[in-house]
Amino acid sequence: MRGREDEWTDLMRSANAGDNAAYHRLLKGVTPVLRAGARRGLARAGQPVDQSEDIVQDILLAVHLKRHTWDPNAPFAPWLFAIARNKLIDALRRRGRRVFVNIDDFSETLADAPAEETLPASEVTAHLNGLPQRQRDVLQSIAVDSASIKETAAKLSMTEGAVRVALHRGLTGLASKLRKE
Amino acid sequence: MDTNDLIRTLAADNETHERSVGHLLLAALVLAVPVSTLMFLAGLGVRPDVMTAMRNPLFDLKFIVTMALAAIAIVVSLHLSRPEASLGRWAWLLAVPFGLLGIGMVGEMTMMPHRAPMPVRIIGSNSRLCLVAIPLLSLPLLAAALFALRRGAPSRPAVAGAFAGLLSAGLAATLYAAHCTDDSPMFVATWYSLAAVIVAAIGAFAGSRVLKF
Repeated sequence: MRGREDEWTDLMRSANAGDNAAYHRLLKGVTPVLRAGARRGLARAGQPVDQSEDIVQDILLAVHLKRHTWDPNAPFAPWLFAIARNKLIDALRRRGRRVFVNIDDFSETLADAPAEETLPASEVTAHLNGLPQRQRDVLQSIAVDSASIKETAAKLSMTEGAVRVALHRGLTGLASKLRKE
Repeated sequence: MDTNDLIRTLAADNETHERSVGHLLLAALVLAVPVSTLMFLAGLGVRPDVMTAMRNPLFDLKFIVTMALAAIAIVVSLHLSRPEASLGRWAWLLAVPFGLLGIGMVGEMTMMPHRAPMPVRIIGSNSRLCLVAIPLLSLPLLAAALFALRRGAPSRPAVAGAFAGLLSAGLAATLYAAHCTDDSPMFVATWYSLAAVIVAAIGAFAGSRVLKF
């Protein structure tokens, strides 16, 4: 367990240094833990656990957009679980539940390595359509059609820089739409 | 978009980094301080006897206290912009400006035997202006601070907002102190504090709305 948390911290440091593959591996690695924690929280609140994937995606977006608030000298897991807890509480509140989220909903799931499994999620996809055209095109190309930034730039006849900007703005837009829900 | 797609997309965006909240807060305040200063110069101005006043340690103490409040509130609000942070013992830092005022009160009592009686010193002659001017001068600073702190991820947005209020009140009070002719630490402890609490309340209310991430 200790080993996994240390690995996350190292991956996040590499990610900050510009290693995209490390970042991808980190997000892949934390997702099953986040999913198990979200399910645990939903179950505790008497909610159907099949909504967990929307919460997981909301957490991942927040992790991504707020990662500059992580102190590279501190371990990554407590920061991650604090973001996750906030998002779980928000999600439960939006569903009209006033529930106390157990501090350990996320960290406890570290112990029993949960299985990898992706459920359908609808919220992020639904908000995709509310984005400005250009951002939607870029996200569609990268997220749904699995194109690279370079391919997307060629396809939409944009510069790679413009694709990057639209991508980042699109992700920021999605996060704020999720928040306003 | 399934979660694997989202993860791939986030990884593609890894190269776009946000600036740190601290840098942004600094930049926002550098822009907002001149606005409040202009408001101060246009509406109030420095008190006419400022040259004499500067020889009075109690006049100087006002600036030390208000700047200490601003500095502490900046540090605490940056701390609170991290999601895993809690207020905890950091709240005790607020004792520093009050401790400085306490030292000033003892000094006033022992060094100035001919001081005015306590109620006169507390009530002073500017209490109402103080309660209006400090909150007004702090508004541009508060707006700037909240704008910067939106980049953060506070788990308790209202508390972070309250500290944004305190930091802007501290800076605004530093300006106002140059106008105010009441130098007694008793006056400062009463009215400046009350003004700071008002701004902190505004900050908490605004923060609970705009600082949620």
